[in-house]
Amino acid sequence: MQDITSIDAVERMLAAQGYVADRALATITFLALRLGRPLFLEGAAGVGKTEIAKVLATGLGRRLIRLQCYEGLDAASAVCEWNFAAQMIAIRAAEAAGTTDPEHLRHELFSDAFLISRPLLEAMRPQPGGPPVLLIDELDRTDEPFEAFLLEALSDFQVTVPEIGTIRAEAPPIVVLTSNRTREVHDALKRRCLYHWVDYPAFEREMAILAARAPEASEQLSREVVAFVQRLRGEDLFKKPGVAETIDWARCLLALDVIALSPEVISDTLGAILKYQDDIQRIEGATAKRLLDEVRRELGAA
Amino acid sequence: MARLPDLALPENPQLVANLVHFARALRKAGLPIGPGRVLDATRAVAAAGFTEKRDFYWTLHACFVSRPEHRETFAQVFRLFWRDPRYLEHMMSLLLPSLQGVQEERAAEAAEKRAAEALIDGAEPPPAPPQQEEETEVEIDASGTASGVEALRTLDFEQMSAAELARARAMLSRLALPVAPLGSRRSQAAVRGRRPDWPRTLRAAARRGGEVERFARRRPRTRWPDLVALCDISGSMSVYSRVMLHFLHTVASQQGAGWARVHAFTFGTRLTNVTRHLRGRDVDVALAAAGAEAQDWQGGTRIGGCLRAFNRDWARRVLGPGATVVLITDGLDRDDPALLAAEMERLHLSARRLIWVNPLLRWDGFAPRAAGIRAMLPHVDCLRAGHSLATLEDLAGALSSARDAGEKPRLLAAMRAAEG
Repeated sequence: MQDITSIDAVERMLAAQGYVADRALATITFLALRLGRPLFLEGAAGVGKTEIAKVLATGLGRRLIRLQCYEGLDAASAVCEWNFAAQMIAIRAAEAAGTTDPEHLRHELFSDAFLISRPLLEAMRPQPGGPPVLLIDELDRTDEPFEAFLLEALSDFQVTVPEIGTIRAEAPPIVVLTSNRTREVHDALKRRCLYHWVDYPAFEREMAILAARAPEASEQLSREVVAFVQRLRGEDLFKKPGVAETIDWARCLLALDVIALSPEVISDTLGAILKYQDDIQRIEGATAKRLLDEVRRELGAA
Repeated sequence: MARLPDLALPENPQLVANLVHFARALRKAGLPIGPGRVLDATRAVAAAGFTEKRDFYWTLHACFVSRPEHRETFAQVFRLFWRDPRYLEHMMSLLLPSLQGVQEERAAEAAEKRAAEALIDGAEPPPAPPQQEEETEVEIDASGTASGVEALRTLDFEQMSAAELARARAMLSRLALPVAPLGSRRSQAAVRGRRPDWPRTLRAAARRGGEVERFARRRPRTRWPDLVALCDISGSMSVYSRVMLHFLHTVASQQGAGWARVHAFTFGTRLTNVTRHLRGRDVDVALAAAGAEAQDWQGGTRIGGCLRAFNRDWARRVLGPGATVVLITDGLDRDDPALLAAEMERLHLSARRLIWVNPLLRWDGFAPRAAGIRAMLPHVDCLRAGHSLATLEDLAGALSSARDAGEKPRLLAAMRAAEG
């Protein structure tokens, strides 16, 4: 098992997996691991909220269990479900065999053999390598009833299945919740978690991220790409590009064998960083050229 | 990793006391912090150690902050509390001018001021200036004859006397907006549902020794939609916007009467979120608070710019699935019509239904001539007048029926004819 006894160690562990975390994120991750508290990450799309769960799982050698939230997510798809077809067959088999003792049958039908476990239940069960990393992704997509349902799971690390009873995790899983803040998550849930707002990184850190994620890109190209995206975030856009977009764009440019940015290349590949037609129209052409000139001047001066 | 043993509280009682004081200061600055979080914070500090100030900052940040807008307040309180007690005294002297008699000093930032206020126990903020509401005559017995009520219903708000306006408001607060529920993706048990309910069927079967007597069923559950109101408070709309805010307060305070959540925004030259103020139970207090928050009463209008601000900052947060948007404005805009049209289109794309309430429709010969109105008209689902109680009742009908388009087809045809 990895060493996670200090904030520095957590920072090193994340860095070894290619995740460049700032001190604040390293601190809160350390606290989440040390205190056994869920980690609640909020921020714009594409700043690396989901990624940290994946990195934690690989770094600590744990299993990653992911629960993707969506509207109408219910206990059947989050905790467990009974295998009805198999249960029906079991009933027919019992009839054929002549055993009709209701108590026995009920015991039989609602046993582990017929239970299909879903992410939450799976995370409460012992896993090879230690307690798993449970990623509850995009919590803001689900509705309030499900949030309320999560309270039990996150504060006591237990889930209740009516037919069986309460299943409690022997060792609490490492829980990471993410939200894009399309709506406000209830305070009762936030109170049980350690909260962190993941911001867009500063220039130096974004350079480090790009170096870790797209190492093939030349220093020159990386500097231009990062500086351009950073400038773009200062523009009046409907959706600002995240770090994921920066990495995507750098990879796109690499695939096209681009050595340095030019207005034409930017116009051709703008779809990799801007995802709204209004934004693309606003930036395309003259604005892109102006931004690029500013970037060149700034990099030249530095 | 086994379940972690409970960490002992730090030995240093001074630190714990300081953390408690710090938490109280944060609470006064408006952060929702209970004793549980203080306990968490002491544990967290014990776990993270006390090596670097930066780490100490982020440790406490992790425990006490749960919303992005609280970060700035936290930073200021932290800076004041953990650094220099003398600076705190300085801030106190700023906040208690009556004791010191000195007021010039230096101007404090807003968050800093709030932080300092929170740190000083018992320093009351200066009382708000008394509300300058016009004299309203409260008529407790509704003695108006039926014909009097009828006349009031159709009277233009702008032509009402103060007394009539007060009575109209009283009638307004009894007006309800019926809401049509939306289908949800969740389902519930029902006798005549269409989907089979396997868990219930099997549970019943197990009780009867494996005999399936009949299939249990489920049907889709319904849920209530959200309402978002954008209310123009510029000079040309002043009387109507006050009445509309009153109306919105009525809608927002009818808990459990339909709408899941009601968000309200005002705009003139800039956009203000007044949702929180409209939750106050007393309508006058609520409206006064909303009025104090919105700084641009009766100024000019920049509809396009304000809608842009709404689309960018709020649309993704308040326009959840199935929200209905009510836009209350006369459409007389000073901005570029192209910007207004683009922002209206975006708003229309992200709302389930966009209803435009325009008091200008009270004029019989109203025609869409102004550039702003021409830009907005194609992008709304429904256009309604909102200048009298009767038209507001019609609006209630428009909200509950999904097909109602109000005056839109007529005006759109007039607009096309004028263009063609």
